[in-house]
Amino acid sequence: MLARLPGRLLQMIPTFVLIGIVVFVLIRLLPGDPAAALLGIHATPEALARINAQLGFNRPVWVQFLLFVGRLLHGDLGISVSERIPVTEVIARRLPVTLILVVMAAIFALILALPLAFVAALHQNRLTDVALRGIFQVGLSTPIFYIGLLMLGFLGARLHWFPVGGIGNGVVSGFYHLFLPALTLGIGLSAILMRSLRSTVIGVLRAEYVEFARAKGIAPWRVLTGHVLRNSLITTLTLFGLNVGTLLGNTVIVENVFAVPGIGGLLVEAIFGRDYPVVQGVTLVLAVMVSLVFLLTDIAESWLDPRLNG
Amino acid sequence: MTTPLLSIRGLRTTLATERGQVTVVDGVDLDVQPGEILGLVGESGSGKSMTLRSILRLIRAPGRVSGQVLWRGRDLVPLREAEMRAIRGREIGMIFQEPMTALNPVLSVGAQILENLVAHTDLGRSARQARAVELLDLVGISAPAQRVNDYPHQFSGGMRQRAMIAIALASNPTLLLADEPTTALDVTIQDQILKLLMHLRATLKMAVILVTHDLGVVAQSCDRVAVLYAGRVAEYGAVGPVFAAPHHAYTLGLLRSVPDARHARQPLRPIGGAPPAPDTVGERCAFMPRCAYATAACATARPPLVSLSDGRLSACVHWDQLEANEWAAV
Ligand SMILES: Nc1ncnc2c1ncn2[C@@H]1O[C@H](COP(=O)(O)OP(=O)(O)O)[C@@H](O)[C@H]1O
Ligand SMILES: [Mg+2]
Repeated sequence: MLARLPGRLLQMIPTFVLIGIVVFVLIRLLPGDPAAALLGIHATPEALARINAQLGFNRPVWVQFLLFVGRLLHGDLGISVSERIPVTEVIARRLPVTLILVVMAAIFALILALPLAFVAALHQNRLTDVALRGIFQVGLSTPIFYIGLLMLGFLGARLHWFPVGGIGNGVVSGFYHLFLPALTLGIGLSAILMRSLRSTVIGVLRAEYVEFARAKGIAPWRVLTGHVLRNSLITTLTLFGLNVGTLLGNTVIVENVFAVPGIGGLLVEAIFGRDYPVVQGVTLVLAVMVSLVFLLTDIAESWLDPRLNG
Repeated sequence: MTTPLLSIRGLRTTLATERGQVTVVDGVDLDVQPGEILGLVGESGSGKSMTLRSILRLIRAPGRVSGQVLWRGRDLVPLREAEMRAIRGREIGMIFQEPMTALNPVLSVGAQILENLVAHTDLGRSARQARAVELLDLVGISAPAQRVNDYPHQFSGGMRQRAMIAIALASNPTLLLADEPTTALDVTIQDQILKLLMHLRATLKMAVILVTHDLGVVAQSCDRVAVLYAGRVAEYGAVGPVFAAPHHAYTLGLLRSVPDARHARQPLRPIGGAPPAPDTVGERCAFMPRCAYATAACATARPPLVSLSDGRLSACVHWDQLEANEWAAV
């Protein structure tokens, strides 16, 4: 796989270009006028023209696009309209929290989905299985913000087990504050993973190589970890990669519910503030994150599945 | 006669399906002598695989195995799972028809041998590694020290089957259950694998139950043969006498369907009609509807498997009225 890594990275360039185009176009489809939003009641025609010139919105669209691409290649995402500092700085300040949140959520999702998928698969169609599937079905059909609000209201406001928002100060407090938002995200993702994982595990349990492993007289837990788990993990990774977009989308919602100062919250603030450069920048970063996760799951998959290495 | 290594009496295996309990092995009696190759033949669906799985109790609940499986004088049927695991792989090994699906695609062949050694031997890490290489060498895989780290998909079909045999033989089993080990292979490769099994049987003093639906394979490599029909044993005995003068109408039909089983390599093309679905037979001869010799006597009761001369067994009411097989004299 490592031999193919440069190739894979090169393959991502067209993806990034495409992402850039989509982000550029989408942003121009947003309703509202950023200059008007900025100036508010002070919006005179002259002031509007001045701001539009400042932001380059008076140029032809294709010129704007070339400028956008040119700056992008230099790592320049423009200046935040509301904060008047480079967008890259705004994002850099808020990205780490989101990264930690997403990683925690992914871990929670795996901790929930994988063992429970195993339990359900091993008790196929018996009470445990039916109950677990029922619970996850509810999780799947409940909007993520509602799960978040329930957590917040019950574990946070009612029982005072967890803080109700923000990220506190310091590392320990930070993880403590991110626990509930990460759990909310994790539950959402695990509900998606669990369903396919259960059938994957059932399939793997029936595979002839599992039968062969049993015929070797090795202990059941070794059959489970050495064969069933290992082979199910490959599908888990694929599923995880496919759903990471949903996870990041949910991050936007959850960060707002829990007042987490990550880039999800930033995106919403920027949209309401008509801060086009920031919206553009955050969207770009989210899209790049999805591509990178695709790449990482690819690498992990080929590490777990030697057949992919030819 | 020596005491048999394995002595099966009244083996009955029931599986749970959507249609309820289905008996797929219906009172099988078999003996395997030390070091011999017993051929287990029968049409597809006759219960050959289920018989092998039942011996190792690889039938999942709510499926059930009953009867008696005397392994060196000890009945395996009532054993606890943990006791059974000490026998699986260690004393009785098993190989499957399709090595592509029976080998775990994401583990190297070496790792799949080591598992067996970890479970059944006290060998240290480097001794296990050495043994894995030695095993690949034993089954005729060249450059075993390199190939031990290869994954199943990096082997050809024949080499994969050899690798599976190496895995099954890791702990020196006394009996190898081989479920159609050559069916998925090209004819020339089939020959090589059969020769390998016969060679291993001779050098390792290991008995083999060789499941096949190829009478040529039986003629070429087996000492004794058991003919299975609808989950029951139709006939059992030494290969030569059984092929020369079958004592069951079904065996005769099978032999006649192949021009000369000793030379031809072809799947069975038996007798008109199809074998019955398991559990639909009831108290009569299972083969009766397709049998040219059938009389009222075949319909009234399930014919018992009776002992004839020379250690032969037959469950045919008309065993002494059958014509000899045409090519018997050769
Ligand atoms: N998992 C299963 N569930 C229900 N019936 C099965 C299952 N596996 C096999 N059978 C039935 O058991 C009978 C014997 O199967 P098997 O031992 O595989 O036959 P063979 O190996 O001789 O071809 C067949 O009729 C088959 O339909
Ligand atoms: Mg079979």
